[in-house]
Amino acid sequence: MPPDSHRELARPARADWRAAAIAAGSALLLAGLYMALLYAPEERTMGAAQRIFYVHVPAAWVGFLAFAVVCAASVGYLGTRRRAWDLTAHASTEVGVVFTTLAIASGSVWGRYAWGTWWSWDPRLTTTFLLWFIYVASLMVRAYGGTGTQPSRFAAVLGIVGFLDIPLIYLSVLWWRSLHPLPVVVGAEGVGSGLHPAMLHALVVNVVAFTILYVILVSLRREQMVVADRLTARAGRSGVRAGAGEVAG
Amino acid sequence: MSALRAVGLLVGKDLVLELRTREMLSAMGVFALLVTVVFTFAFSPAPGQAAAVAPGMLWVTLIFASLLGLSRTFALEREERCLEALRLFPFDPALIYVAKAASTLLVLLAVEALVVPALAVLGGVSPGRAAGPLAVVLVLGSAGLVASGTLFSAMSVHTRMREVLLPVLLLPVAAPVLLSAAGATAQLLAGRPLAAILPGLRILAAFDVVIAVVGSVVFEYVLEE
Amino acid sequence: MHAIQTRDLVKAFGPVQALRGVTVDVPDGEAVVIFGPNGAGKTTLVKILAALMRPTAGRVRLFGRDPWQDPSLRRRLGVVSHHSYLYAGLTAMENLVFAARGFGVDTPDRRAEVLLEAVGLWERRHDLVRTFSHGMVRRLSIARALVHDPPLLLLDEPFVGLDRSAAALLTALLGRMRGSRTLVLTTHSIEQGLALADRVVILVDGAVAYQGLNGFPDPGAAERLYADLVGAHR
Repeated sequence: MPPDSHRELARPARADWRAAAIAAGSALLLAGLYMALLYAPEERTMGAAQRIFYVHVPAAWVGFLAFAVVCAASVGYLGTRRRAWDLTAHASTEVGVVFTTLAIASGSVWGRYAWGTWWSWDPRLTTTFLLWFIYVASLMVRAYGGTGTQPSRFAAVLGIVGFLDIPLIYLSVLWWRSLHPLPVVVGAEGVGSGLHPAMLHALVVNVVAFTILYVILVSLRREQMVVADRLTARAGRSGVRAGAGEVAG
Repeated sequence: MSALRAVGLLVGKDLVLELRTREMLSAMGVFALLVTVVFTFAFSPAPGQAAAVAPGMLWVTLIFASLLGLSRTFALEREERCLEALRLFPFDPALIYVAKAASTLLVLLAVEALVVPALAVLGGVSPGRAAGPLAVVLVLGSAGLVASGTLFSAMSVHTRMREVLLPVLLLPVAAPVLLSAAGATAQLLAGRPLAAILPGLRILAAFDVVIAVVGSVVFEYVLEE
Repeated sequence: MHAIQTRDLVKAFGPVQALRGVTVDVPDGEAVVIFGPNGAGKTTLVKILAALMRPTAGRVRLFGRDPWQDPSLRRRLGVVSHHSYLYAGLTAMENLVFAARGFGVDTPDRRAEVLLEAVGLWERRHDLVRTFSHGMVRRLSIARALVHDPPLLLLDEPFVGLDRSAAALLTALLGRMRGSRTLVLTTHSIEQGLALADRVVILVDGAVAYQGLNGFPDPGAAERLYADLVGAHR
């Protein structure tokens, strides 16, 4: 392979805006870290442990944002059959699962200090956990879903059904489980209301930083997939027809 | 051909095939009873606790039994690619989804009619006046399981990991069914009136409707190649 | 009038292209045979023509209309695939009546009886398909494809798995339909295909390598052309 065809394969499509985003995102992440650890005042009842809040909330936000993007991209894919939509959905699912995992883990640590237990079946935690299962299943469908466009179509269907399911899951956990009052859940709601302005600043900076991080990760992952596609297509053209024969019958 | 006649044709075919072998009926029925026995061994509830354990037991049992049935619904279409043949019929593929869900629901309800009374006896629970409202909960819950399960069954049947994939897809998505149906059953057995749990049942009904509508719309994308 | 018109059909399975711009015209009433080695895209093409598979790009017209816009076009289309499309747990009669009803045939029972007689399965009409031999299943599946009397019949590798006598029966059956129906048949057997073809299409690696009327002086000439086209690609 001639040296410049490497460059052609890996040619970054929108390197300029991404380089800027990476710079801005890194600066914001550092600022967010500083604000979370030093700028925001210590919370009275929970102490330093409360600072996990500046990771937990942005991670949960990005998780939900990612799955909203998955749903929109899935509709786009089924409507247009453009591979671009499918790649966006796939990349966003992967990144969303990572951030949701982070949100659940940090939420669990939070719960340890707020409620004295690593896990409570609080409606939001439960919904997030089920969400995590749905999107992990979606990645499984992509991995084991068969040949051709089938994994993409199945994952798109799950991306739509799963997203519409979120409010239903949340409502049913909320309604059916609060019927027998749980011992320790109530405290969770109070956090947002009486927030110190400095806490709010730290939170906003972190949410923005995490969102930029999400956009960068999805864009990088998407580009990797585009390159992988080109390589597969190239392998197909240069005589490796086994894979094609299988799908085309 | 009208939509109703198309669905009738497909459901009729499914029921003839099922009644000839009674594969799903017998497999699901025996399995449900067996799971109940296993549960009772595992939890060995004291006589007074039966009512606390029974609702959860009932719905876990029904979910497992319906997984068994759902994994079979498209199996008979798979062998000779009959699903492809159904798509060659000149009607909307959404009707294939509706018909499959309807015939599976009929079989599941038949299994429940046989098994639920037996479960009540084995679990030491007597529904008494709650029997009517419980039937409503059974129908709503089963409809939710079948509406989502038919979609995922059509997906998993075309993959290598079909036995594993179906529960992995169905259980998290159908979480509202388990929560609502088990919750409602517990409340009804505890003697609360249907009116008291109506808001919760509305969530279950909303799940049924949302999934059935979305399922009909997206089903053609599941089938196409 | 063309029964089939395709323009620049492309089908990509993810990054792999199974069809790379296929343009085929089939006049009404003609018999077209599509030759090609395994993996050439024959099955993909048939599935796209049957509107079972959506093309990634390009368009298909059946009798001048878009099959994805107009599901009623399916009434004019019969498909014989590698699979029988039959339920093993139903009888021969039940299978045909089910298919006839699905296509909205006016007198499904009468139509099923006529076809059972035509393919020589009258005596066995009330037996479950499960008890049928391979050749009988094949005959019944052809009857099933004809149940709504479609003017266009697509056959994907119909000779695969048939013994000599069943293949002869199929050739005779298809021979009788020539002229009255449009036939599209895929095969990798030159000999069996040429016997039925008005027009020949050779598909290699997802593209049309040859398209023309069946005017070969002898089967050997077609064999040589086919070997050249396939070999040139390799």
